Amino acid sequence: MDVLNRAVETLQNALKDKVLSVDVFRDQTTVDLDRAGILEACRILHDDAALRFNLLAALTAVDYWPKEPRFTVVYQLYSIPNRVFLGLRVPLESDAAEVDSIESVYPNANWHEREVFDLFGVDFKGHSDLRRILMPKDWEGHPLRKDYPLGYEEVQFSFNFDEIDDQKPYAKE
Amino acid sequence: MDTDNANQAMDTTLEELRHLVSDRALEGETMLLNMGPQHPSTHGVLRLLLELDGERVINCVPDIGFLHTGIEKNMESKTFHKALVMTDRMDYLNNLGNNLCYCLAVEKLVDLDVPERAQAIRVILVELQRIASHLVFLATHALDTGAMSVFLYCFREREIILDIFEMCSGERMMTSFIRPGGLWRDVPEGFEDAVRNFIRILPKRLKQYSNLLSKNPIYLSRSKGIGPISGEDAVSWGLTGPNLRAAGVPFDLRKANPYSGYERYDFDVPVGTNGDVFDRYMMRLQEMAQSLRIVEQALDHLPGGPVRSDNRKFVPPPRSEIGTSMEALIHHFKLWTEGFSAPEGAVYVAVESPRGELGCYLAGNGGPKPYRVHFRTPSFAAIQAIPVLVRGFLVADIVAIISSIDPVLGDSDR
Amino acid sequence: MGLESKLGNMGVVTTTLEQVVNWSRTRAMWPMLFGLACCAIEMMAAQASDFDMSRFGMELMRASPRQSDLMIVAGRVSRKMGPVLRRLYDQMPDPKWVLAMGDCCSCGGVFNNYAIIPGVDEIVPVDVYVAGCPPRPEGLIHGILTLYEKVKGEGVKTWS
Repeated sequence: MDVLNRAVETLQNALKDKVLSVDVFRDQTTVDLDRAGILEACRILHDDAALRFNLLAALTAVDYWPKEPRFTVVYQLYSIPNRVFLGLRVPLESDAAEVDSIESVYPNANWHEREVFDLFGVDFKGHSDLRRILMPKDWEGHPLRKDYPLGYEEVQFSFNFDEIDDQKPYAKE
Repeated sequence: MDTDNANQAMDTTLEELRHLVSDRALEGETMLLNMGPQHPSTHGVLRLLLELDGERVINCVPDIGFLHTGIEKNMESKTFHKALVMTDRMDYLNNLGNNLCYCLAVEKLVDLDVPERAQAIRVILVELQRIASHLVFLATHALDTGAMSVFLYCFREREIILDIFEMCSGERMMTSFIRPGGLWRDVPEGFEDAVRNFIRILPKRLKQYSNLLSKNPIYLSRSKGIGPISGEDAVSWGLTGPNLRAAGVPFDLRKANPYSGYERYDFDVPVGTNGDVFDRYMMRLQEMAQSLRIVEQALDHLPGGPVRSDNRKFVPPPRSEIGTSMEALIHHFKLWTEGFSAPEGAVYVAVESPRGELGCYLAGNGGPKPYRVHFRTPSFAAIQAIPVLVRGFLVADIVAIISSIDPVLGDSDR
Repeated sequence: MGLESKLGNMGVVTTTLEQVVNWSRTRAMWPMLFGLACCAIEMMAAQASDFDMSRFGMELMRASPRQSDLMIVAGRVSRKMGPVLRRLYDQMPDPKWVLAMGDCCSCGGVFNNYAIIPGVDEIVPVDVYVAGCPPRPEGLIHGILTLYEKVKGEGVKTWS
């Protein structure tokens, strides 16, 4: 708790107006940041001798289509010596869906950012190797966006069995 | 199926990987080898592109996604209760652990209480699942390094654990036994006897495995000094769990941020020294003994009482009540058709799975379905660290290193 | 193929030959290691000591498709894995059979979305489907014995 208050204070002092808001929901602290401040915030939290948030636990994104700002990139940092979690959030608009890559501070952000790029289409500036990771390399579209369809196949019951059976591409040999 | 196009999409050219391979590969001095998705020792469908200088590995590029199931998007179209079924199938060696992670996240989001008895039984089941997962690790790791009989012994013990799960829930693996609010139902009569029998058998068997491998000169030469990683590097690459503890960092989520009553049990956290294959193997072997201690303590102090929360807004009532109470009927109808609603907000809950830190980021928007659910899986981070571990070692060592990290591709690809 | 044209319709001789060849094919069928997901763990359990599959002739699992005759597709097949599976099936020499183990490769299983191919029979022709999620090892063994019945029923004309 003490560490979290100190972390929030340090961020507010260093970044001033780039800190948009501070939320505490169900005992979990989350700081909303402007996209220009995320790299500096991560550097401060990682290097500060008292805070020492040395593990990037999770990096993901949420799509709020059709509301704006559309994307929110979520970072979860953990401090192993102090045993606390801190969440950071960066809201992004749909026509400017890019943010700095934090790979220089946390090397394991490499694949997490590739996954967010693959599934949401958010661009990470300064990333060393931004290409698709989970989908095939020639896949079109970003599956986890809300306007991308689920892509399901209609369930075959007995009343529509034959219709669906005719359309299904069975392998011959 | 359009095979020509499909084949093109499958093949990788040197052009795409220009920025990842060394200059010697571009000149043709070193060889690029594909350790394909179908391989006996890659523990699932993992594809590794190796740059080799003779037998030595210069560089390694992992390629995942062959088991991507779209679980996160699929869960967005189901209610909270029905989405639980999908979590079993993510890390398919840690089914109950995945259930627990998701249920803890749901309970935190909607602020639901869990009775004491349910918490204790959850701990017992999750620790038994941890032992089962480490047994599969031991079986496949020994198989990869050449000791084939350990495979048969470990699966024999695992069958006993799977029989216990089948006794509780009816299913060996995909139990979905841990549900929001507690458990599905109370454990049956023979549960305690079966678990005590298992507690009696396992220590001798663990000693057998230790005798077979820990002092075996062939195994030692294949594992000591192979694939080491320092503690700092392990943290910066996101390794957690036994992989991190083998590198010397004593971090265990069950001790650091306890959940589900773990603070009441007395157990040690084994820590290694240089983070090589041998240390990672010893970690898991010792963790099995510690898990057994936890199971025994939990069973000795098992409280009585209900196994599911009383809050009828989230937990369906038992069938016996429906015949007599009108509210119970309405709750039952509402919960099984529409489901319960979660407030707007997001939580992140992390548990200690046999592979490391398994985290669930759950965001609700006031509706009955999860708006966004993301699982931070330990195998994703572990596979990312493979290039750092194998650099400079032989091709045969790659097999030992991958199996010592214990990746599960369902966990990493979801 | 050549055999039938050489023997012609020799009645008793061809039926006995059929029986002998089919019997020998079932007695030592080698599966190809194609465990993808959760069903692979149950396949490993079926190979291990409690439910020994070696009793039925599957002493070892060959990783190379060139040396195996049965492909047990165990687990969910994603869109990225589909072409790989087809390529491996093409590399297997005749006679070959395919057993779809589990719900995910029979019909898509629990998952109904963009990433999973709903049924591996869209890619390769399947001989036996084993239901379950995952099927018990006894279920897999029952599926294999059903496949043996099918193989025993093959005639000279159907050998490719």
